[in-house]
Amino acid sequence: MPNLNLDTPVKPTWCPGCGNFGVLAAFKQACLKENWNNSNTALVAGIGCHGHVLNFIRLTSFEGLHGRAIPVATGIKLANNRLNVFVFTGDGDCLGEGGNHFIHACRRNHDLTVILHDNALYSLTTGQTSPTSPHGAKTKSTPLGNIDNPFSPVTLAIASGATFVARALSNDVEKLSELITKANAHQGLSIIDVLQPCVSFNKEYTPDFYKDNFYYLDESYDVTNKEVAFTKSQEWGIKQIPLGIFYNIEKPSYESQIPQIKDKPLVDLVSDRKNLEDLFKKYT
Amino acid sequence: MSKIFTLTIGGEAGQGVKSTGLMLAKVAVRSGYHTFDYTEYPSLIRGGHNVMQVRISTEEVTAPSQKIDLLIALNQETIDRHSKELNAGAGIIFDTEASLNTSKIDGNIHLYAVPLSHFTNGQELLCNIAALGSALALLSGDLTVLKYLIEEEFKDKEAKVISDNVKAAELGYNFVRENFQKDILPTLKLIEDSPQKMIVNGNDASAIGAIAGGLQFAAIYPMSPINNILHILAPLQEKYQFIYKQPEDEISAINMTIGASFAGARSLTATSGGGFCLMAEGYGLAGMTETPLVIIEGMRGGPATGLPTWSEQGDLKFILDAHQGDFPKIVLAPGDSKEIFEMARMAFNLADKYQTPVVILTDKNICENDQSFEVFENSQFVINRGKFFTTKLESYRRYSLEEDGVSPRSIPGSSNFFLANSDEHTEEGFSSEEISDRVSQMKKRMIKLATCSKEDMPPPRLYGPSEAETTIVAWGSTKGSVLEALKSLPNVNFLHLTWLSPFPTESIKNILLKSRHIVDIENNYSGQLAEVICEKTGIQITDRLLKYDGRPIYPEEITEYIVKLSNCQMQNA
Repeated sequence: MPNLNLDTPVKPTWCPGCGNFGVLAAFKQACLKENWNNSNTALVAGIGCHGHVLNFIRLTSFEGLHGRAIPVATGIKLANNRLNVFVFTGDGDCLGEGGNHFIHACRRNHDLTVILHDNALYSLTTGQTSPTSPHGAKTKSTPLGNIDNPFSPVTLAIASGATFVARALSNDVEKLSELITKANAHQGLSIIDVLQPCVSFNKEYTPDFYKDNFYYLDESYDVTNKEVAFTKSQEWGIKQIPLGIFYNIEKPSYESQIPQIKDKPLVDLVSDRKNLEDLFKKYT
Repeated sequence: MSKIFTLTIGGEAGQGVKSTGLMLAKVAVRSGYHTFDYTEYPSLIRGGHNVMQVRISTEEVTAPSQKIDLLIALNQETIDRHSKELNAGAGIIFDTEASLNTSKIDGNIHLYAVPLSHFTNGQELLCNIAALGSALALLSGDLTVLKYLIEEEFKDKEAKVISDNVKAAELGYNFVRENFQKDILPTLKLIEDSPQKMIVNGNDASAIGAIAGGLQFAAIYPMSPINNILHILAPLQEKYQFIYKQPEDEISAINMTIGASFAGARSLTATSGGGFCLMAEGYGLAGMTETPLVIIEGMRGGPATGLPTWSEQGDLKFILDAHQGDFPKIVLAPGDSKEIFEMARMAFNLADKYQTPVVILTDKNICENDQSFEVFENSQFVINRGKFFTTKLESYRRYSLEEDGVSPRSIPGSSNFFLANSDEHTEEGFSSEEISDRVSQMKKRMIKLATCSKEDMPPPRLYGPSEAETTIVAWGSTKGSVLEALKSLPNVNFLHLTWLSPFPTESIKNILLKSRHIVDIENNYSGQLAEVICEKTGIQITDRLLKYDGRPIYPEEITEYIVKLSNCQMQNA
């Protein structure tokens, strides 16, 4: 294994105890194990606390706009399908601002790995409600309690056609790292909903809340049954937060169905455009 | 000056108005003539009034006309709406069996009643072909040329389709030869050995210009009037080894193209004004991350849904200013389809060279007006990717400070580490809010405009005499109408702007300061170019011919405006 140095000169600026540290550690661990490096990997992030992650990993990356990480990643994958492409996104980023892109990426089964930093809150803007905040949650934008109902990104991903859907906890670095590796190996759209605390602003989903209420799906669970996965993804409550792979099926990825890039990535294709007489002739 | 013959065909949507017009234009071009087509239709699939004008001449034709020499009326509405546009001595071809009312038609108009439905054996869709045959006979056109064209057009259909069409054309042709012999004109007489020409509209030219320019990736969300760009590109992907993707919305379109371009593919998106509203944030993202990108914006009447199938030059100031903060953008406005082809091709080189978005502004008129040109040439075009490196570089810095504003660009997978960052950043691309990084990176980006004006921007073109009583200023697609008007305005010249950013301030100033009288002509409400010229040069243009009803500015309107204006001046003097 080459001696990979994944550190950058930039020190993480997240609050002490932030769930993002766990995600960063798990991702770096997977990089070292799988030899994801600057010859084979590209990262994309949206905007939110999670988006800073790109500054802390020495892998070539694109930090885009709030909500738009997935379309940028889609463009990268279509242009160079040899790359491992990872998307770091947040619950506000991916499910609020970028919800449309999320469901369509799932539907098309692009070969991307989406790591969803889910702290059920807008934290970079100091604590407003997000699409995964529970009903009744008191946040800066819902001082009397949240009237909106949350939805589950796991349910949404399964319903929209994603072919690898999992959930993890940010502080279980080993398990998360293992899932990231599996998600990247999967051909098609992989999504990992990473439940993580926001120690500064989320007083409800605390580290202890997650620690007390999660359980891992056991080996008897059938990851290929969509109806079971759908039902399981709706489970949420005291001692009722399932973690692990909810759904995992084989289906051709979007990229595998494009004849032009069957043998070579788009960026390596050479086509002679000097002689366009055939094309011009159609208009004569 | 050679005479231009103008034929208009009208009918309901679904009656084949556009395809008939285009076939006539092709027959004309293959018979050695120049053509120009203008089409009008509502935002409907069936029903509603469709009309296409085909203009034919031995010399180049660049604009539609308010007056008609021959009208093919496939329904009553065509007669009612367009008979007042007929020149004295003009004619109308119509179906004897459709019981159309022609009682209000002026006595000097020739009525060519042809039993079109009788010739088509009840197949309604063939009436247009029978009418085309009739028009061809009236204009001395060559029936063999039309027959070849029908065979080509329907080559994928069964043999009966071809033979039915040919028969309808023949019957219409023979009927006119036999019954209206004395009215036959020489307009389309075959000219032997004329150079081959092609008929293209702005959408055709955009698509083939992009392919010529080395297009590798396009994401385009459908929107009138640019849909045909994607219709042309989608079936050509395998042949020319690029990818076209229909995204879920315009936000995705621009972000996908930015992603593909970041990864090294020459990328294009296209939209109209409403779609561009959604792209505005991505436009700035391309500027900030210094990602090359070509955007074609085909304008239509705005704001909001506006006039979906009609034209306007209403987005100039929007495209120039659609951003928070500042970033360099190149904005081009070609004046005809040949210029679109050349600029679309060049746009990919400019985008790569300056690592920033390049916008090509077109509009419904130029997107859909077909014009004949000599066959385009691409063998001399050289693809230039600028400072682009795909192999490992020593101590690489993506945003290194360079005098010309352009840093070395690399791609993921090249082993060069960098961060393309939407946040303000250091030379490596790490997020930074330090004053020194902000100021130096902003300056570096913005200096690209100065480099571009020095190295790539040509001076604007002045048509007509170098000095004249009146100087017309216009941009983009109104070029054709102004040029045609110029033929009857001897003491007028015409400054046509195709580069709007960077802006050729000095050369415009030099030309306009010499002008005795300046007239601004634009297809919008507020005179957006005149405003930009004032902002950049301090020169105020108060005489403005502005039209914002969705229709093109006709050469006749320009002539009338200029003549009236100079009469006023003479009186005042």
